[in-house]
Amino acid sequence: MTKAPTAGRPRPAANPDTRFFWDAAFERRLAVQRCSACRALRHPPGPACPECHSLDWEVSDVSGRGTLYSYTVLHHPPAPGFDGPAVIAVVDLEEGVRMVSNVVGADPATLTIGEALEVCFEEYVGWTVPQFRRPAAREAVR
Amino acid sequence: MTHPPSAAIVGVGSTEFSKASGRSELRLALEACTLALADAGLDPSDVDGLVTMTMDDNDEPAVAHYLGLDALTFFARTAGGGGGGPGTLALASMAIATGRARTVICYRAMNERSQGRFGQPSRYAGDRAATAAAVTMSWAAPFGMVTPAAFFAPSFRRYMHEYGATSEDFGRQAVVQRAYANKNPQAFFHDRPLTLDDHQSSRMIADPLRLFDCCQESDGGVALVLTAPDHAKDLRQPPVAVLGAAMGVGPRQYGVAPLYRDDLAVAAETRVMGDQLWAQSGLGPGDMDLAILYDHFSPAVLMQLEALGFCGLGEAPGLVRDGGTEIDGVIPTNTNGGQLSEGYIHGFNGLAEAVRQLRGTAVNQVTGAAHAVVTGGSHAPTSGVVLGRTA
Ligand SMILES: [Zn+2]
Repeated sequence: MTKAPTAGRPRPAANPDTRFFWDAAFERRLAVQRCSACRALRHPPGPACPECHSLDWEVSDVSGRGTLYSYTVLHHPPAPGFDGPAVIAVVDLEEGVRMVSNVVGADPATLTIGEALEVCFEEYVGWTVPQFRRPAAREAVR
Repeated sequence: MTHPPSAAIVGVGSTEFSKASGRSELRLALEACTLALADAGLDPSDVDGLVTMTMDDNDEPAVAHYLGLDALTFFARTAGGGGGGPGTLALASMAIATGRARTVICYRAMNERSQGRFGQPSRYAGDRAATAAAVTMSWAAPFGMVTPAAFFAPSFRRYMHEYGATSEDFGRQAVVQRAYANKNPQAFFHDRPLTLDDHQSSRMIADPLRLFDCCQESDGGVALVLTAPDHAKDLRQPPVAVLGAAMGVGPRQYGVAPLYRDDLAVAAETRVMGDQLWAQSGLGPGDMDLAILYDHFSPAVLMQLEALGFCGLGEAPGLVRDGGTEIDGVIPTNTNGGQLSEGYIHGFNGLAEAVRQLRGTAVNQVTGAAHAVVTGGSHAPTSGVVLGRTA
């Protein structure tokens, strides 16, 4: 089973375009940018809307539900701050944005592209990182 | 519109490829440049341009200093590290065609095994100031995405999912390239054969990439001398014409990798770049006698064969399985052994191999080779050239 990372996990740097994401995660919310002009959602956060070029944006919470678009399991060299192979997931959120994160609590050998995932949060001292896991209901059935 | 050749490669120089050169990177650069000039029959005083790529530690003025140049009129770098290798020839060609320089050396020299290893984790996130690079890396490093293998592996995994490609398909290209290297005395793996079983039993690096899917980490330097076609024909070596030189970034590139692109199963940046190469040169994949496709990772070779039009999407595994990339195949590919098996000089050793092939002096010579395509790293900002024999 994959475990959450331990000490030494690289902390994110944040600027005025991106700080909201980490602030939201600290409150256990998953949030992305929404363009104030054309309403398009986007991630990773950045200064402008690639669709309409507006610089105006707001924060939009998302459901945290998505599917596994692709993934890798990093075996060697080990990822700093992970106590085993890092399961790095490319997740398509149901709102239509993509996010890179980790899958925790699953046997990497059983990962299937297209399977459902939901967000969970891993807390550190002073910061929190969004992670993904198999939906609780499905885990209960297994 | 087809462009007339704007420049020709007239000299090539290379150090040995090792895991510990025992020399400074600047010395490797100087050795390669000096050998390339000697090959061309030119003197440092003929040189007025220097081009390398980002990530090279040898500043152009430092190289100019030790070459003893009085003046440098053109010096520049391509972006994207290993994606920008052939792009150095694009810059040099444009500088020569527009009169900004007459003779340009493109070089890349590195102690990438004994000094700074690309394959080792890059932390580069919040322990630093929130520079653009640190913020970009913050969508990767906290999640363990800290090596080139980790950045590109999800694209290869998606490619497998879309088209049914397998680890064995990737391994077959690694085996083809090792066989080339076994005949190439300059190759680091000259005396080490590789079987598909060896590949399949090699340790997992970043799923689906196994050890023998990954390029080496090498020490070494390579340089190429370019000048105007009218000047080139008076020199020692048969000139190799630059018939096309292009750069490419695909949609939604973000930092090192294109993970936010709708379709990760296509090397979109290679397609952007390749379409320009064919348009500039007036040639197409069917006109190429060989290909040097950037092999940071073996599946990237397959995906570039598809993006350049050597076969359709999802057809590269079959092309490789049928021997298509071997010396007598439809498109002999990475005939020096590539970066998997010859050495990893950020694509520059592949440029040198293409020149040898078009001069007719390669160890795995493609009979009558007249045209070659050379690419920089895919899944990242990339570049490429079409080169042609002139004699
Ligand atoms: Zn917009």
